[in-house]
Amino acid sequence: MDKELKFTWSDILKYGAIAGVVAIYVILVGMVEAFNERYIISETVNLGQIALFAPVFLLGYFAANTARQIKSAGFAILASALVGLVGGAFVAALLFLGTHVNLREVFLNVSPELLGILHLGQEAMMGAIVVNLIVGAVVGFFGGLFALAPHKWSNALLVGLSIVLLMGVMQELMSITFGNKDWYKPIGKFIYAQKGLSWGGAILFLVLGVGYSLWRSSGKFRPAARVAKMPTKQRLSISLAAWALGLLILLALPRFLGSYPSEILTTVGIYIIMGLGLNIVVGFAGLLDLGYVAFFAIGAYTVGILTSTGKLATVGWSFWMALPVAVFLAMLAGVILGIPVLKMRGDYLAIVTLGFGEIIRVVVLSDWLKPFIGGAQGILQIPKPQIGEFVFKKPEQMYYIVLAGILLVGYVAWRLRDARVGRAWKALREDEDVAEAMGIHLVSTKLMAFATGAAFAGLAGAIFAAKLGSIFPHSFNLIVSINVLSLIIVGGIGSLPGVVVGALILVGLPELLREFADFRMLFYGALLVAMMLVKPEGFVPEKTHARELSEKEPLAPGIEPETPARETI
Amino acid sequence: MLQKFMRKHDTTDIVMWLIGLGILVAVLYGSYVTLFVTQKYEPGVWLDFTIFGLAQGSVYALIALGYTLVYGILFMINFAHGEVFTGGVFTAYFVAIAMEKSGFIERHWVLALLILMAVAMTVSVLVAVVLERIAYRPLRGAPRLVPLITAIGASFFLQYTYRGIYGSGVKTYPDFPALDGKLNLLGREWPILTVQALVIVVAALMMVFLYWYVQKTKAGKAMRAVAEDKEAAALMGIDVDRVIVNTFALGGAMAGVAGILYALLFKQVNAFMGFIPGIKAFTAAVLGGIGNVPGAMLGGLFLGIVESLGPSLILDGLGIPSPYQLKDAIAFTLLVLVLIFRPTGILGERLSEKKA
Amino acid sequence: MAETKSEFILETVNVTKQFGGLTAVKDLSIQVPQKSIYSVIGPNGAGKTTFFNCITGFYKVTEGDIILDGESIVGLRPDIIVKKGISRTYQNIRLFQNLTALENVMVGHHPRMKAGWFGAVFNTPGTRREEAETRKLAMDLLEFVGLKGYEYELATNLPYGQQRRLEIARALASEPKLLLLDEPTAGMNPSETEEMTEFIDNLRKELGITVLLIEHDMRVVMTISDIITVLDYGQKIAEGKPEEVRANPRVIEAYLGRGAATQHEAQAA
Ligand SMILES: Nc1ncnc2c1ncn2[C@@H]1O[C@H](COP(=O)(O)OP(=O)(O)O)[C@@H](O)[C@H]1O
Ligand SMILES: [Mg+2]
Repeated sequence: MDKELKFTWSDILKYGAIAGVVAIYVILVGMVEAFNERYIISETVNLGQIALFAPVFLLGYFAANTARQIKSAGFAILASALVGLVGGAFVAALLFLGTHVNLREVFLNVSPELLGILHLGQEAMMGAIVVNLIVGAVVGFFGGLFALAPHKWSNALLVGLSIVLLMGVMQELMSITFGNKDWYKPIGKFIYAQKGLSWGGAILFLVLGVGYSLWRSSGKFRPAARVAKMPTKQRLSISLAAWALGLLILLALPRFLGSYPSEILTTVGIYIIMGLGLNIVVGFAGLLDLGYVAFFAIGAYTVGILTSTGKLATVGWSFWMALPVAVFLAMLAGVILGIPVLKMRGDYLAIVTLGFGEIIRVVVLSDWLKPFIGGAQGILQIPKPQIGEFVFKKPEQMYYIVLAGILLVGYVAWRLRDARVGRAWKALREDEDVAEAMGIHLVSTKLMAFATGAAFAGLAGAIFAAKLGSIFPHSFNLIVSINVLSLIIVGGIGSLPGVVVGALILVGLPELLREFADFRMLFYGALLVAMMLVKPEGFVPEKTHARELSEKEPLAPGIEPETPARETI
Repeated sequence: MLQKFMRKHDTTDIVMWLIGLGILVAVLYGSYVTLFVTQKYEPGVWLDFTIFGLAQGSVYALIALGYTLVYGILFMINFAHGEVFTGGVFTAYFVAIAMEKSGFIERHWVLALLILMAVAMTVSVLVAVVLERIAYRPLRGAPRLVPLITAIGASFFLQYTYRGIYGSGVKTYPDFPALDGKLNLLGREWPILTVQALVIVVAALMMVFLYWYVQKTKAGKAMRAVAEDKEAAALMGIDVDRVIVNTFALGGAMAGVAGILYALLFKQVNAFMGFIPGIKAFTAAVLGGIGNVPGAMLGGLFLGIVESLGPSLILDGLGIPSPYQLKDAIAFTLLVLVLIFRPTGILGERLSEKKA
Repeated sequence: MAETKSEFILETVNVTKQFGGLTAVKDLSIQVPQKSIYSVIGPNGAGKTTFFNCITGFYKVTEGDIILDGESIVGLRPDIIVKKGISRTYQNIRLFQNLTALENVMVGHHPRMKAGWFGAVFNTPGTRREEAETRKLAMDLLEFVGLKGYEYELATNLPYGQQRRLEIARALASEPKLLLLDEPTAGMNPSETEEMTEFIDNLRKELGITVLLIEHDMRVVMTISDIITVLDYGQKIAEGKPEEVRANPRVIEAYLGRGAATQHEAQAA
């Protein structure tokens, strides 16, 4: 294959066809219809339309990006518009076909409603086709513009548009959270229309986002650099103050947000705890464990069995008594399951742990253990945690238990990472044979990773059981393992802040978008593939320890200080 | 003495032997109780179980070939292979329904079956090849876990794509009236269902074809050369990319046929149907020695039989209620045991003869 | 370092290693005197690396005994052997690529450290002290091998020559009695090679450790070795002082005669 750069008319057709095929995929898989009622801007722009034309935009962008390296900017723009036109033609073709042939027998989503949406507001078929072509070309054109714009501007625009999108999606959450607060009413009235942002709100957020991004890239906004220049003592007190402030905000959050957002945050938090655990196993030690959910289940079921006051009541302990048992049993399970599998090569380990997870799920569901753990009916009436008279009943209250869990587990992970154990894990991840030759006992080191990860999952499971008050086997299927894996990969494998970011994006965002539920795993799957192809280090990559270490000791002469925090979003 | 022993073996080895021993005892004891104490099953039942096991095992074997071929060449587990399988059968379902409505299946069932297989093969091949092109090819040479994670992502992506496009419900394949009942051949009735016989025969034919293809054809020889040593093969003028695509296509074709056979046996299809058979077929591939073509066939048959006999023979004897619920657990336990005690499988690894 | 118990720090007795039908090392007996530089040379494929892998426990020997300071270490796991005082480098550099230079060296000190899980989590004074000492040691070693200022670079970002030296620093961090270097000059140009040769000579002078060196380039070892053993097809064909080996007709025939061809191959690979 020749690597020579070329961009010809046939490439335009190719890019257009890809855009068209992806757009048709988006339609057939049901996203356009599902997202159609989710308005971003004032009953004009909805998420369905965005999903429909995003492929055209992207391919227009790629086309212009490639084309401008060889041809003139004018040609590049023209090319991207044509790519958009071709993409639009595919959509129009589907519309035409769907109207005249009953595709619904096979493609469930090609419903009259969907065809209505594809008409883009036009009554007649001819008009709809023309509008599709025009919109395609225009969107492709903008994709091209985006590619040609100076990086600074396209970046700023991206930030602005992302903020608009996010705020649009958050409409419901905002009104649930702040709807009855006096200070919010005028603000909400200005920002939001009946459905979606008002035009004023949209423009406001766009301007804010663009402005902020431009300001940052102008180089005037560099708190990290400024702090880095300060003397050690001052630097320390600033970072201490930052931590204290952060903690204060975290503590105040539920009061401020109320019930529903706190509920979302506790769910995110439970995933953070699991993510921190799996991060030790996969991120530090490099052992791909797909049966991680098993330990989560063990934690949850232990609390369920020990504390339930329902049909399956046993000893009726309190949550706090059951908690250490749950963590301990999960850890023990980690060791027991770990022993046989840890001598296997990496990819076999993944499948075997997956097999273990499935075995546990099948066994839990079976009649065999039903008298003890309830089979498919699960365990009901798990009491809430209680301290003295205080019961952690509401999500705002459970939040604190989750927060405490995260802080505890995060602290442990952080300490281990930079210690002898953590280094041994990372050495093992990099090269097992050499690690052994460096005196690292493979089995015990791996077991330690497995056990630590399992203990974290056990803790998460225990909190999960108490939070829900009842547990069922279907909450513990492979999907949970995959979710946790996805979030640590998106965040940045091996990175502690990455876990938090990953959980917020992958667990938090979908909670805001109920229509999204059906496509969640689809997105996770695509995301895993895309991340591995494009950004295997994740969005918040594990930093080399340069910074943490260099904070303690001055840099050696002859080496430039680390550049301050990255300027990209 | 003890010291010398401990030098050679870790404590974990001993723990593993104990686990293995425990399972062996459980298997023997369970079988003994079932066969000689409770005697709940009539002797003829075991034959039925075995034949059913063979039929379902041949499906596993066909899928397993896809894992083995790809592993032999790329040393990667194509985790999404179960979804390659689903793509074929699930798409062919709509053709099958159309053929049933028009009465075609009743009139020309052989032709109908061939058409279904062709459709399923085409779609499965397409899915496999696109998967390779988009998700795996750019990652060649990346650390081992990277393509594996990609494959896991692709697996879920495909499952939910099928669900989104074709719907989440369980769909039932049409009946082939010609295949109802026991096999009638040579003027007598055989103790095997016609469907099962057909499944076994078709699978056997496919396997023979594949074996011939890999051993005798030029494309097959190129495949083995690439499995042996990619660089050397490239130097000898073999287009490695092409061979890899061929391999995925071949695995896809086998999975396509396996899909139709599965549909004949079990009738029901849905978007997630490929996942469990996929893992089981992987188990089969590992059982036979991953990368080893005859091994995959053997492993599939063995797994099919164990899974079919196991619940009644072993679990029932151990006094476990509704043992059939645990049949998946048996397959996975087998997988774990093989990987612990004989990770190179029954027949040893590799498409090629050379060791790493 | 432990008291020396015998005249030879390392003795191998009839070590044989077979891979299926292939005998990579055959009946190899060597005796490495304390505080010497002992070289094993031989053309590519002679079995030198295999011999190293046997000593470090990475391969199980088929037959024979390996004695470190009077104690048999044959059959022990690699992580035990490094604790006993043998550490090594690799022919094709095997650093922990995504760890910093400092972390690489600190990992090297692993077998001399004690801190466990609880020590790390509770940040006990003992752990803290040990961690600080290890850092200091690692910094010093990096300086010793000339990598001062590169402590926080990822290993993968270092140039080739520095990676080689980092690997040696990592091996030294385990405070070995015996250091095994597998072709430390492989892939180096003549001036780098000379620099490395001097550096190895220095190791013994400044740190007082014994070095067992593999080379297939004869010139490197002539200047610094006390004793040289020549391998061909897994067997010892000569042993002695550099000048004796140099004059040995069998060596010239077997090694140099074939060596020219195989060296060519090595460069192509
Ligand atoms: N793991 C192994 N399996 C099979 N053969 C091996 C293995 N390691 C080395 N060999 C063979 O042993 C011989 C000696 O190799 P090696 O010790 O690497 O030589 P040297 O280091 O002297 O160049 C070679 O023929 C090589 O192919
Ligand atoms: Mg060598």
